[in-house]
Amino acid sequence: MSATSFTRRQFGLISGALLTTTALASMPALGATPPGVLVVGQIAEPKSLDPAADTAANDFRILVNLYDGLLRYKHGTLEVEPALAESWDISADGKEYTFHLRKGVKFHDGTDFDAAAVKFNFDRMLDDKSPYHDTGPFPLSFFFSSIVKTEAPDAHTVKFTLKEPYAPFMSNLASPTGMIVSPTAIKKYKKDIGRNPVGTGAYKFKEWKSNERVTVEAFDGYWDGKPGLKAVLFRPITDANTRVAEMLSGGIDIMVEVPPNSLSQFKPPKFNIVEASGPHLWFLILNCKDGPFKDKRVRQAANYAINKEAICKDVLEGTAVVAAGPTPPAFNWAYNHDLKPYPYDPEKAKALLKEAGAEGAELTFYVTQGGSGMLDPVPMGTAIQADLEAVGLKVKIETFEWNTFLGKVNPGLDNKGTHVDMAEMAWMTNDPDTLPFLALRTGAWPDKGGFNSGYYSNPEVDKLLAEARTSTDQAKRAELYKKMQVIVHDDAPWVFVANWKQNAVADDLVHNFSLEPSFLLELQKVTKT
Amino acid sequence: MGRYILRRLISAIPVLLGITVIVFLIMAMIPGDPATAILGSYATPENVARINHDLGLDHPLVQRYFIWLFNMLHGDFGRSYSLNRPVIDEVLDRFSATLILAGVSFVACSILGILAGVVSAARQYGAADKAITFVVLIGISIPSFFLGMMMILLFAVRLSWLPVSGMYEIYGGGGPIDLLRHLTMPAVALSVVATGVIARLTRGAMLEVLRQDFIRTARAKGVHERRVIWGHALRAAMVSVIPVLGLQAGYVLSGAVYIETVFQWPGIGRMLVDAILKRDILLVQGGVVFVAACYVLFNILVDVAQSLLDPRIKT
Repeated sequence: MSATSFTRRQFGLISGALLTTTALASMPALGATPPGVLVVGQIAEPKSLDPAADTAANDFRILVNLYDGLLRYKHGTLEVEPALAESWDISADGKEYTFHLRKGVKFHDGTDFDAAAVKFNFDRMLDDKSPYHDTGPFPLSFFFSSIVKTEAPDAHTVKFTLKEPYAPFMSNLASPTGMIVSPTAIKKYKKDIGRNPVGTGAYKFKEWKSNERVTVEAFDGYWDGKPGLKAVLFRPITDANTRVAEMLSGGIDIMVEVPPNSLSQFKPPKFNIVEASGPHLWFLILNCKDGPFKDKRVRQAANYAINKEAICKDVLEGTAVVAAGPTPPAFNWAYNHDLKPYPYDPEKAKALLKEAGAEGAELTFYVTQGGSGMLDPVPMGTAIQADLEAVGLKVKIETFEWNTFLGKVNPGLDNKGTHVDMAEMAWMTNDPDTLPFLALRTGAWPDKGGFNSGYYSNPEVDKLLAEARTSTDQAKRAELYKKMQVIVHDDAPWVFVANWKQNAVADDLVHNFSLEPSFLLELQKVTKT
Repeated sequence: MGRYILRRLISAIPVLLGITVIVFLIMAMIPGDPATAILGSYATPENVARINHDLGLDHPLVQRYFIWLFNMLHGDFGRSYSLNRPVIDEVLDRFSATLILAGVSFVACSILGILAGVVSAARQYGAADKAITFVVLIGISIPSFFLGMMMILLFAVRLSWLPVSGMYEIYGGGGPIDLLRHLTMPAVALSVVATGVIARLTRGAMLEVLRQDFIRTARAKGVHERRVIWGHALRAAMVSVIPVLGLQAGYVLSGAVYIETVFQWPGIGRMLVDAILKRDILLVQGGVVFVAACYVLFNILVDVAQSLLDPRIKT
């Protein structure tokens, strides 16, 4: 083989490689979406865009821009305000809700929004004789299971009759599950309505390309003013590192759920970090029926022994604040501001353990690897283990994948012969009633179909919750919830650890962007230059 | 030849049936069920029972298996609950993306690997051999997902030469150049290890062949060295390289699972990971059976190719 031919080949290879690289690199700047077109980095592909079928915050972020409900949350709060309903009357016995609907509202397909449409939506979800009930399943339909019948006395009036007074009804109507879909579209698409959504929202659906993007465009006929953006592209990026890289390189304009350890990479003026507290609570369920935690003093000791400030500051990098009790402060009207978190006091914890004779007790602790609202469960679990060991408790951690974990914890901590002392858990809810009603009542023990996996029972708490649920007077409800929080704080059936502050990063082209306590991503007023 | 192919195809049937049984049983045995995955913290026994009924999961296991198999033989793979669309639509959509990524990677690693192996063997212990052996060793040792992340940091975030992830530009994208820009990093990350493996095996096979008598004869007859290597020796060495290519095709397909996650490539590997986490039983089953069928088919092709090169195998 001659020297020249080798060089020529080499030359060919090198110049070829150079040409390719130049061609690839000389393309227009990356992520150059035009003004008015916003790209949102989501954490996963949506399951469906049918509000009655969805359960995940990830899907709700799109839904809130496509649909409206009869009610919605007032900006920056979890209190309800009129949306598709302009006003309402509640009967004295709290069983009849009459809504007067906004006139002249149209669905994106041009059909009218009216009382018949509302009735159609609720019948579809609740009445298994409805011809479109098979377009489900509707996992959260129990939000409205107290409805006995829905009537449409005239085109702009809807009347709901409830089995019994049910105060959270109003906030459930403002939740995504209560959003109204075009009946014409449901009849047309049937089971495929989730991929062909038609609502009344600020943006109308344009396209869903599996695992690439969901595109929505401004709906000029929106009843609540012209939307601020021409189009929004929701892009699913499941891997957190890739999501961060896309944000840094300009591939997306807004990124939600920024991993705590990546926050420091986003600095102004190029990036703005947005935060909002939400109705979230991260806690440890303690087994109040059996084992060392049967004794209230041991449960309190656990609350004193765990350094919650350190967990929020060091493990979660300031993305959460220390929780004081069972109700998150985001429910401002129902939150007891006098309640203070258990201080970090290992000495007091040791004293309480000694008093209860539980020094050196061995505990089994269920930890999950991840899951909705669970933040950073493994490092948090390890920190908790270390804190408890420091006061002389021997903690054995068992770790499970999220669905497996739920399958073990939801049926109760003493189930099928296994005894577990404590387990991690987190909830995000839309009403102060939901979490305590489903997870703290005696009537909510797992064998009765609830989530009180630690078997906490206090008749007084039961009474307060029952009363609060049936009262339609918000001030009275608030008082009852505040009392409940004091009792539960003292009984300590849980270790109250953290309230998560949801976060997002936006680049400097995005304006008017904020996060809502409801975890919904409202983009009606957002603009992009 | 026709009878050989037919025999191989028939022998694939029990393999595929076995796969359906295994994947069905695994999905039935893993803890956590679709209803719990859908409902999350709201999974009360009552809600779970309602969802299970809606999804048809309240039938006995054996009955569910045969319903699934029967429907599948009639072309109905069922409906994915987590994506709300027919399984087969999703699988075909996603498989075409994987085929592009895995196909390009496979072709790249085959050509580069064989090339490197041949050059290496032809210049045993020379500078080129040492350089190639060294690079191959590094290539085999770096986990592909790690290489992928490092490439993203360097070429996409630091230098902005290539896009971070995805298959097309999200706004106004499309066309072969856009695809090529998005394909470059994942294809490289995916093919590095396979290239190394193929290079090493080709080198070994070539060295073996080059020692044989017919090569000495060829050289003695005065055949040009280039023809000895690429014509005589490589053809003989390919008989042992081709089965390795078949294995590497499997490696590239399964490696696509990580690479697709790192680069957000909308392929079937990522689809399966998401589907398993969501306990989307029908989507997992349909996807696995489909990929397995493709793999089995590909291996039949490999065997046929091998028997064409070496007729003794066809027995």
